[in-house]
Amino acid sequence: MSIRRHQRYADARARQIITPEGLALTFTLASRGARLGALLLDLLLQTLLLIVVIGGLLLLAAGLAKLGVKGAKMDNPAMEFIAVLFFISFFVLRNGWFLFFELGARGATPGKRILHIRIAARDGGRLDAAQVIARNLLRDVELAVPFALVPMLGGETAGWLACTVWLLVLTCLPLWNRDALRAGDLIGGTWVVEAPRLKLASVMSVAVPAASARAAPSAQGPAAPLHSYQFGEAELAAYGEYELQTLERVLREDQVEAMVAVAEAICARIGWTAPGGYEVRAFLGDYYTQLRARLEAGMRFGTRKADKFTSSAPRKFRFTEAELAVYGARELHILAQALHDPQDDALDAVAERISAKIGRPTPSAADTADFLGDYYDQATHHLHG
Amino acid sequence: MSEAPGGIVAGLRGLARRGKAEAEQEAIAAAALRSDRFRQEREPDWKRLEAIVARMERGRLSRLSDADVLDLPVLYRTASSSLSIARETSLDAATIAYLEGLVSRAWFLVYGPRVGLGGWVRAFFGGGWSRAVRALALDIWIALAVTVAGTVGGWALVAADPAWYGAFVPIALADGRVPGASREVLRATLFGHTKVDGLSALAAYLFGHNSQIAILAFALGFAFGVPSLLLLAQNGGMLGAFLWLFHSRGLSLESAGWLSIHGTTEILAITLAGAAGLHIGRAVAFPGEKSVLVAAAEAGRRAAQVMVGAVVMLLIAALLEGLGRQLIENTFMRLGIGWGMLAFWALYFTLAGRGRVDEDEA
Repeated sequence: MSIRRHQRYADARARQIITPEGLALTFTLASRGARLGALLLDLLLQTLLLIVVIGGLLLLAAGLAKLGVKGAKMDNPAMEFIAVLFFISFFVLRNGWFLFFELGARGATPGKRILHIRIAARDGGRLDAAQVIARNLLRDVELAVPFALVPMLGGETAGWLACTVWLLVLTCLPLWNRDALRAGDLIGGTWVVEAPRLKLASVMSVAVPAASARAAPSAQGPAAPLHSYQFGEAELAAYGEYELQTLERVLREDQVEAMVAVAEAICARIGWTAPGGYEVRAFLGDYYTQLRARLEAGMRFGTRKADKFTSSAPRKFRFTEAELAVYGARELHILAQALHDPQDDALDAVAERISAKIGRPTPSAADTADFLGDYYDQATHHLHG
Repeated sequence: MSEAPGGIVAGLRGLARRGKAEAEQEAIAAAALRSDRFRQEREPDWKRLEAIVARMERGRLSRLSDADVLDLPVLYRTASSSLSIARETSLDAATIAYLEGLVSRAWFLVYGPRVGLGGWVRAFFGGGWSRAVRALALDIWIALAVTVAGTVGGWALVAADPAWYGAFVPIALADGRVPGASREVLRATLFGHTKVDGLSALAAYLFGHNSQIAILAFALGFAFGVPSLLLLAQNGGMLGAFLWLFHSRGLSLESAGWLSIHGTTEILAITLAGAAGLHIGRAVAFPGEKSVLVAAAEAGRRAAQVMVGAVVMLLIAALLEGLGRQLIENTFMRLGIGWGMLAFWALYFTLAGRGRVDEDEA
């Protein structure tokens, strides 16, 4: 399961809840930027709606005036009715906008919908009306405060300062906690999560060869072999799940330059001559399918290969328990990042530091990658039992 | 010459086409990875679930057939078991991401709120509100005590030295009601608002203003309840100062009537809002055995209902103030309405919703 753990380190915003079926669902907390954006959008939409309402009321007033209802003063019953409508619509718009939309099936205001986020109950249970009301009652104080309330409180300087500081703390609360909860979320028992709406992408192991057949329509007949490239065990053992997913992404994005670069990188590693032209996609498609078949077969037998540094081959370096216990999850995560984005100087420096720390001679330049890969591999196993 | 031969031809063509499609399907199935075949077999179910979920999210429940509604939980379980299998057997990242998104969207619907806004409102007035108020009994007594203490304090301070009056009643609100004003001037502020113009506008404005203040009193409770209590004490102080001023000119009964007609409802509403704030403040300061977050969330849920109720009460109070007080000039009728309202609230909060707990709160 090191892959899942790995991803969890990579994404600090992922949160898990367990459904009643016992399935772990992963939610990603909405970023603070997305929430701010959604709020600004909502305020903008509210303002626009208010302008429309005022415009409508003015038109109504003008219409009444034309009908011969005299005077635009408050002593006119028609005008008074319009004033009542204004006060009530202002109140409803100010307090009802968020309530109305967040109580709906999508749990999101228009601003949140545009940014694909929604609210959810923090305990993984049902979201009920009282929670939505609670989280929105505080919104007024959190928002209006820096602009309206602080001048209103007035009075002596000391009290004013204390109030300002406290209210700013309240407003800035989302910046200071792990789950980006604002005060309303805190008392509502809610949080804001991402609600992506993904389309089901095409089936890889079918779509890719079909695409390559389309790319070269004249040269190959309809009976083009689905596997024009066959890879051996050693060639497929070069990569793991991380690279497979990168390859999947590259194939789905279908950018020629990226595919050529990836094909060259693979060929360099497995010692093939890189294909050119139409062949690139067919080559990558075949490599993807066979690598995935191999890795999925491994999964069925309970062995997973997280990335190219996880080796099932005999290890060059073996580390003792004591040597592995030197580092924790955080350092291993940094090491994984360095390995995924290799720059030779950086790798050498890391290898030097690790070997110094565990009291081994620094590995030779040729062995650096193996040394780090083996260390990462064994330390990860050691850390996660 | 008509439909029969044409029908046969079309049927044959359809057969041929279907045969070809099946052959293609087989070729695909043979070529696909095992995990992709797993996906292909279940794809129609996922797509159907996605369509149902999308329609429900758009709020078009009426357009769902009975079969769709019945199948939703089944399809949800199918998709969630597909997801847990896919996580263990497939390395198709895009499919897993799609399934995670689909399952969580369906999860929100299957385990979503059981009652809509309308149902919630019915349950709220049918007893939920009173239950929430009773759950806050301790906070309400504290808030009430603070208000009363504020009133007594305000009276006593101003009685000892009328200079205190300015500290309790802002000049803008005083409107001629200041120490030293003659009995006639003061009396005129209590009666003689017989102009009927602009009253409903006044009521609407008062409601909006008072509600925003009450929401403030509630929201400030977050600071361990202290600002809520201060606000209540200040409110009480103002009341006490007012009452002393009118008492000092022998207008106690008249001023009581003037204040009571809407004041019993309004002051009770503000007290409830302050109590709701205090309730949250107490939960944050003294969470007991629960974590602060859990305690705050539970208190927030109860307090929110009390707050909604307070806003409703303020609406009623604004109507009484904007319309009732200006139209009814008789002090005894004003007193009767005011204290009648108070009796009504007391009965409603103590009696409504006893012995009946609706499922949403259970």
